[in-house]
Amino acid sequence: MTTRVQLEIFEGPLDLLLHLIKKNEVSITDIPIAAITEQYLATLEVMESLNLDVAGEFLVMAATLVHIKSRMLLPLTEDEDDEEEGTDPRAELVRRLLEYQRFKDAADQLERRDVLARDVFVRAAPPAEQVDPPGFREVSVFELLTALRRVMERLPKDAVHEVTLEKITVREKMTLLLDILRAQGPILFEALFAEVKTRMEVVVTFLAMLELVKVRAIRIFQEEMTGPIQIEAFADMDQAAVLYVAQAAEEEHGT
Amino acid sequence: MEREEIKSVIESLLFVAEAPLTVQRLGEVLEGVAKEDIRSTLDELHAELEANRRGVRLVEVAGGYQLRTAKVNADWVKKFLGGRPARMGRATLETLAIIAYRQPITRAEIEAIRGVDVDGVINTLLDRSLIRAVARKDVPGRPFLYGTTPEFLQLFNLKDLTHLPTLKEMTEMTLPEIPGEELPVEGVEER
Repeated sequence: MTTRVQLEIFEGPLDLLLHLIKKNEVSITDIPIAAITEQYLATLEVMESLNLDVAGEFLVMAATLVHIKSRMLLPLTEDEDDEEEGTDPRAELVRRLLEYQRFKDAADQLERRDVLARDVFVRAAPPAEQVDPPGFREVSVFELLTALRRVMERLPKDAVHEVTLEKITVREKMTLLLDILRAQGPILFEALFAEVKTRMEVVVTFLAMLELVKVRAIRIFQEEMTGPIQIEAFADMDQAAVLYVAQAAEEEHGT
Repeated sequence: MEREEIKSVIESLLFVAEAPLTVQRLGEVLEGVAKEDIRSTLDELHAELEANRRGVRLVEVAGGYQLRTAKVNADWVKKFLGGRPARMGRATLETLAIIAYRQPITRAEIEAIRGVDVDGVINTLLDRSLIRAVARKDVPGRPFLYGTTPEFLQLFNLKDLTHLPTLKEMTEMTLPEIPGEELPVEGVEER
């Protein structure tokens, strides 16, 4: 049962298609769509009969193939508002396959390099994670929550006033936070909440901060156990990124 | 400072350094020694280690210099370290390649190329510090743009991003009018 072994290595519908194309020894640019579609669907059936989870993407591709196949069967009509006239119905698929193939090749090339911890090794075996400046330590979630509670307690409690719902999303807050960090450099955790008046905004700000940590845009640290908690943006960004940030910041201020 | 002395000091610093050392950083320690001299000394050291087929070689990686074991000794080193498998899965590798060549790039753009969901893979790569969010893209939803890290360069023994292996051109582009994504396409009807 050779199919089974192969099934496990398909990364997705494009990968499966490339495999079929190769197996049939046909050119990507001239796919015999009927034959390939048939084999593709047969493979999906095998996957299903093996109780493998056939991801939605595989089914979407199946639909695409059937659609292309049907369009290939139709004679080209003249009175179509059907995209550009004369376009090969396979063109878009071919473009995607070629592009995906390119990156598969690129991945192969990367894999052939002298990979650290596989081909070559450094003295301190594990590649250093984020190296902290001496004397600094990363802050645990518990310390963050404690700090957050302090912020919450400082909020005006029984202020009775008219409520205007100001909607600010976590996403917006993230952008705002990055802007501040880029403009002012590292800031104190407390300072982040200095202007914040409502519980909702505290929560949103906090979530935005966590989200940024998760994607490694910022980091949170303190100099000593009970010291002030600081937040900073990762500094060593490449040129392209800096450019993008500048643009994003401009947009933000423009609106 | 004597040239031999400089070389000796540099070798010591390279030995203790935990990450690739930049010429800049070496210059800060070796006060008064010109950058060109540091650079030429590094070249000399590199050549010596190669010529004598030493077990440790000097490589230029992630914008700096680092001592790494000779590739021919990989099996011995692995045996000594206990041979933990450092294999990277195909999905991870392909996604990383896409990010490396197309950075900065969003999750959706990666998914468009791979044809599958990449959430899990992105998180793995973030956890391994091989990629990070570098900015937000100015489109609805303001999604994150991802780029590679210095750790990525270190992992694949790359001096910098310009030293990535050249991406093969799309071959066999014989079909008429395949709408390109990035390339300014001529002949496409304007609305």
